[in-house]
Amino acid sequence: MSAMNTRLTPPTKLAIQSFLAHGPVDAAAIDKFLRSHSFPLIEGRNATFVYRGPGDQVNLRHWVFGLGSSQPFTRVGNTDFWYHTLELPPQSRVEYKLEVILGGVGTWIRDPLNPNLAHDPFGANSVAHGQGYRTPNWTEHDPEARPGSMVEASLEGTPLGTQRVSIYLPARFRESRRYPLLIVHDGGDYLRYAALKTVLDNLIHRLEVAPLVAALTHPGDRIGEYPNNPSHAAFIAEHLLPFMEKRYPLYAAPAARCLMGASFGGVASLSTAWRYPGTFGRLLLQSGSFAFTDIGESKRGPVFARVVDFVNAFRESPGRPSDKVYLSCGTYESLIYENRSLVPLLQSTGMDVKYEEARDGHNWENWRDRLRSGLSWLFPGPLWMVYE
Amino acid sequence: MTRGVLLGPQRLHPIVDKAADMLGIDGRIAAVTAGWQEREAEDQELCAALGNRAVNLMLHARAETAFREDPELFAAHRAKQDRLRQLQDLYRLRLASHLKAARRVQQAQAPRDLIESELEEAVQAIRLLDAHHVVKTHHIQKDFDRKVKPLERPAVVKQLKEIEAILATCAGVAIAGGHVAVLYNRLRLFDLGPRLADLPIIAWSAGAMVVASRIVLFHDSPPQGRGNAEVLEGGLGLFPGVVPLPHARRRLNLQDPGRITVFARRFAPATCVALDERCFLHFDGPRWSAGANTFQLRTDGHLVALH
Repeated sequence: MSAMNTRLTPPTKLAIQSFLAHGPVDAAAIDKFLRSHSFPLIEGRNATFVYRGPGDQVNLRHWVFGLGSSQPFTRVGNTDFWYHTLELPPQSRVEYKLEVILGGVGTWIRDPLNPNLAHDPFGANSVAHGQGYRTPNWTEHDPEARPGSMVEASLEGTPLGTQRVSIYLPARFRESRRYPLLIVHDGGDYLRYAALKTVLDNLIHRLEVAPLVAALTHPGDRIGEYPNNPSHAAFIAEHLLPFMEKRYPLYAAPAARCLMGASFGGVASLSTAWRYPGTFGRLLLQSGSFAFTDIGESKRGPVFARVVDFVNAFRESPGRPSDKVYLSCGTYESLIYENRSLVPLLQSTGMDVKYEEARDGHNWENWRDRLRSGLSWLFPGPLWMVYE
Repeated sequence: MTRGVLLGPQRLHPIVDKAADMLGIDGRIAAVTAGWQEREAEDQELCAALGNRAVNLMLHARAETAFREDPELFAAHRAKQDRLRQLQDLYRLRLASHLKAARRVQQAQAPRDLIESELEEAVQAIRLLDAHHVVKTHHIQKDFDRKVKPLERPAVVKQLKEIEAILATCAGVAIAGGHVAVLYNRLRLFDLGPRLADLPIIAWSAGAMVVASRIVLFHDSPPQGRGNAEVLEGGLGLFPGVVPLPHARRRLNLQDPGRITVFARRFAPATCVALDERCFLHFDGPRWSAGANTFQLRTDGHLVALH
């Protein structure tokens, strides 16, 4: 897979090139050009970003690992019209902002010409969709899907103090049935930024995922709690799990228990399973921050120190923390190397591993888009047999 | 010949009442909701749609009761189902390579007449495999009947008498969808195929699948696996000549002529019918007709309205 770069793909003449080549670029011509296209302008493997407004310099700012994080726009003559074209491989999804520098002051803004936004705990970014990328329809509200329900609970006296948990119950939940349990780290963020409830409603409705109960946790200090923290692991395995099994009709078997998390949440999931082997038979790890060192010090900084210690120890002695692991990572993430490295190690333990990559970054919509594949593999629904 | 109406999904836009009118059912309707499994009794919406004249045969619960009262029957039934599952797995292995071969032939670079003749051979191989599978599943079912004799066992006889008593008061039958294998097994356990044949039948989704001559499982784009349509078993055979395909718009890639042509040729001369919401097939003795927007998957890869 080729990395995104600034090469143009010949021989197609791009719309921006035709525009600049034909006639004077004045205000009226720019207006007409902007009206007649949507932006960023996707033409095959090329994406042209456009900005119109005052500025001394305009840069494309993104989080694509391996590509200069600041890509300068070209100003057209003395106009207020700027553009930048870069290669965007098919199926890519890239979040970005525009940096407008005026009078020595740089301001990061969302692309005024692009209505596509992705939200995260820090706000929202503009999103460029490469050729062929479509927001999966199972991530959007389906009026035919029966909705599940959310219940709030509070666990007191855990090693992390009082912990709030949001519980998802599938549509047509019945006390007389038994359900698998999905424990979701950063549950609130998954709900807000990865549409988790909508996704579960839809995938269960479509029979692609078995009806399940999900416990969504809300960390206090995730950087402190998540990297192989014994208190966190004890909260999950010794408090949350028994609480859920006492309160809801769950299968009391490792194969019906899954830990899920993204980024540091992936580390929390793996390290908890590692500390309690034979307890959680399913893991769903998205863009896990599995930093390690083969020699010397990690360059990722002090926040990662405990992560590196854990992953180094895990690599030394992985044991068999689970039975079935779904692992995913974006190819535009700096963590792609670490995640790829983890795959053969997990496989060597005898665990059943499914690993998937996507042309996306370290963000919530990447994690959202992988949920169908991950959840349907770990908890397959009765799709093949049920026709309602 | 059994009279009946086969329908697509009924949850959002039910037309079961219209189907009952088409069949002239004037009286009580025996409802089969065994495909809903433990939710079998949650039939309030269905009863309302049928004008509150339905009486549920409760086949799922009756089978559970019979299994509980007759552990030997339960063990034998479970062993039979395990064997059917194992056979299905083996059939799938062979089917995958057969279908892969057909798709490769379709995509090959060669003169059109050669591709066409080789595709015909490839499809013929799939048809033979499907037929072989139906025979094998039939043998397993018959072996179970011969050795276990379910219809002579008191636990089953007791339930069957009650079922027959209800059926004697009914002017028609409504068979709902759900889990197709569970539904078929419950109908088969009580040998209801012949018992229902004299009544007009309304059947939808999985219900429509089990009353046909072959139960075909299908989904072109499942989240896991290749999506190879497969034959489960022979079905009750009450409405021969059609392969009902409920939820076709969602489950099948109807824009892909290549997939459609293999699908339709594979099951020909039976007519493959897309049964989405508001679609129907009306069997009036030996003749059948279709509702508006009810489409056939044609062997040339196109869809054609049957109306």
